[in-house]
Amino acid sequence: MGAKTKIKLNIDQSDNKHISGAEAVVRCLLEEDANLVYGYPGGAIMPIYDELYKYQDKLHHVLTRHEQGATHAAQGFARTSGKVGVALATSGPGATNLVTGIADAQIDSTPMVCITGQVASHLLGSDAFQETDIIGISTPVTKWNYQITKANEIPSIMAKAFYIARSGRPGPVLIDITKDAQFEFFDFSYEKCTGIRSYCPYQKLSNQNLEEALLLIDEAKKPLIVWGQGVILGNAEEEFKTFLEKSGIPAAWTILGLSAIPTDHPSNRGMVGMHGNYAPNLLTNECDLLIAIGMRFDDRVTGDLTKYAKQAKIIHLELDPAEVNKNVKVDVALIADCKVSLNELNKRISTKTYPKWIARLKALDKIENEKVIQSDLFPKKEGLTMGESIEMINKYSNNDAIIVTDVGQHQMAACRYAKFSQSKSNVTSGGLGTMGFALPAAIGSKMGAPNREVVAIIGDGGYQMTIQELGTIFQQQVAVKIVVLNNDFLGMVRQWQQLFFDKRYASTEMVNPDFVTIAKGFRIKAKRVADRKDLDIAVKEMMASKEPYFLEVCVEKEDNVFPMIPTGASVSDIRLE
Amino acid sequence: MKKDTFTISVYTENNIGLLNRISAIFLKRHINLESFSTSQSEIQNVYRFVIVVKTDSERVRKIVQQIEKQVDVIKAFYHTDEETIFQENALYKVKSSSLFEERQIQNIIKASHASIVTVSPEFFVIEKTGFREETEKLRKELAPYGLLQFVRSGRISVTKAKMGISEILESFKNNN
Repeated sequence: MGAKTKIKLNIDQSDNKHISGAEAVVRCLLEEDANLVYGYPGGAIMPIYDELYKYQDKLHHVLTRHEQGATHAAQGFARTSGKVGVALATSGPGATNLVTGIADAQIDSTPMVCITGQVASHLLGSDAFQETDIIGISTPVTKWNYQITKANEIPSIMAKAFYIARSGRPGPVLIDITKDAQFEFFDFSYEKCTGIRSYCPYQKLSNQNLEEALLLIDEAKKPLIVWGQGVILGNAEEEFKTFLEKSGIPAAWTILGLSAIPTDHPSNRGMVGMHGNYAPNLLTNECDLLIAIGMRFDDRVTGDLTKYAKQAKIIHLELDPAEVNKNVKVDVALIADCKVSLNELNKRISTKTYPKWIARLKALDKIENEKVIQSDLFPKKEGLTMGESIEMINKYSNNDAIIVTDVGQHQMAACRYAKFSQSKSNVTSGGLGTMGFALPAAIGSKMGAPNREVVAIIGDGGYQMTIQELGTIFQQQVAVKIVVLNNDFLGMVRQWQQLFFDKRYASTEMVNPDFVTIAKGFRIKAKRVADRKDLDIAVKEMMASKEPYFLEVCVEKEDNVFPMIPTGASVSDIRLE
Repeated sequence: MKKDTFTISVYTENNIGLLNRISAIFLKRHINLESFSTSQSEIQNVYRFVIVVKTDSERVRKIVQQIEKQVDVIKAFYHTDEETIFQENALYKVKSSSLFEERQIQNIIKASHASIVTVSPEFFVIEKTGFREETEKLRKELAPYGLLQFVRSGRISVTKAKMGISEILESFKNNN
């Protein structure tokens, strides 16, 4: 077990009203039900850490091994718990190390509050030790940010920070607090934020647009749904299921929409986008109505926009008005929380089936199954595939683990083949494509859903970007299962080099260390498997472990992920080989 | 796509980082600003940015959506030149000796409806408010006599149609 000291101080903290800014920060966190935070101490945030020490029986601080790890852990926590993730860092390098995680949370709409220490206000702008303009740096990648220089600003700004992070389309907020504001004493009182006059997180659904949408749905002969993370963020899974079951419309997901409904739901037709499934990609350009729900037409989903669903009418259910008509011109926009708009649609749509249209989908599925899926899941060649490794995890998780992935080939394989039973079970870096995300995100994912099994599936490249978080896993005894699918390559880049750069493998071959020894060095149980005959027992043993467990699976070195839509090509140009 | 001049008006709260946040939206999209000005608006504690860009109507619509999305932005609009009344202000600093030695300067000032702001033994300052072409014409006319300094403000603009910010603020309150 990791060493942990617990100290109880004989102070009744809740009675004390005249407190320091630093203590106020901790009290604000508790007021916002944030009793688990990730971070790394340093000079400019020491007063807050001193208060964390005093409040350690109420608020658990997880010391990560790098500030980036703190943000990804906070993201993982937010994604599985539905609560706001919190990350703490000191000024200067501590603050700049948060930036990747903040940018990731911004593009993937993850609610997160980051708190950074800052040099004392009289030193601002003097290039003081560990001074950096984190407000300036983080502005383009935060939903909101603010620098506090007076202790009495802390309660209202913290309340605003949590409100902004979680309301509307969620996102990251950064609060920078000067050291003198942390030391300053003031009279504390807390009031939750319930609204900001310039900020309108939820729009009222237009009745006229609802009528128009219903008409389009009624007229459609070949409709297709594409859903994204909006369904999960809006807690609209039940409404969505009802919509699917009543409307009878086949539905495909974007990478962040995955797990909103169980994999075996009859309406689930797989993934759209660059490495998505054959049928939904092709049929995007054959359907007569495309219903986009809580998704933003990312270029990895649409491919060439000039050849995307041009034949179809498009209905867009979207919370963020800035996403409507941004990449794809739509015929009807239902700008509202999709929980509301789906509920309204459900009241009015008629029950329908589309047997011919679904038969067309199934015929295409059959082609993909024969050309791609069979050889991924039941390979005849010697080397292990990523697909069969994931299938083995499904077997021992009963299709019910939280799957945390990094970025690259393993991520595509995991998203294509992992099976899910519950929502909020797919944690991955979608929009930013942050290598190094998975290991720290798995820590937060497990702490956000302690009763669930959490399996991190990571490539050998991304794993080494945040490998130091094994230390956090050991110290906190976070019982995550870590699977590295090792092909000794930066596989996705290598695949592109093979296909588009005449196999010039520039800097993609990895001469890797002994991962098992490294994991054991961090006192984590570890095993390596390289033969198919050993895979089943190895995965079984890993899944049965009550402790953190590391499994390296040595997979085929030069396997490719298919299907694939080359960058800039149309969804119709999807390749199966 | 055809590029036009658009005036973007942004009503905001008074927040120290907002200028950075709004300019970052243009930076991210590699769009140059023709002019930028900010001041108090008709409502107490509400500020107004007036930003001029040359771009196409699709682009400006998307930019305004992104601006409006910012937490401290109350509302953002965009308008064509035809929909607004706009002016720029320019100051011209000229050597005083020129004013007395070159009779032509006085004629230029009179003809351009510019006014003299201040006169000192060394220099005098002319002010002209008007369209870009007008302030530019005066600059070109004065240049041969030795312009010591020239500066032009960003565009300020009001719309012909109503903005209704008070009503918008009120409706936000009801929506929340």
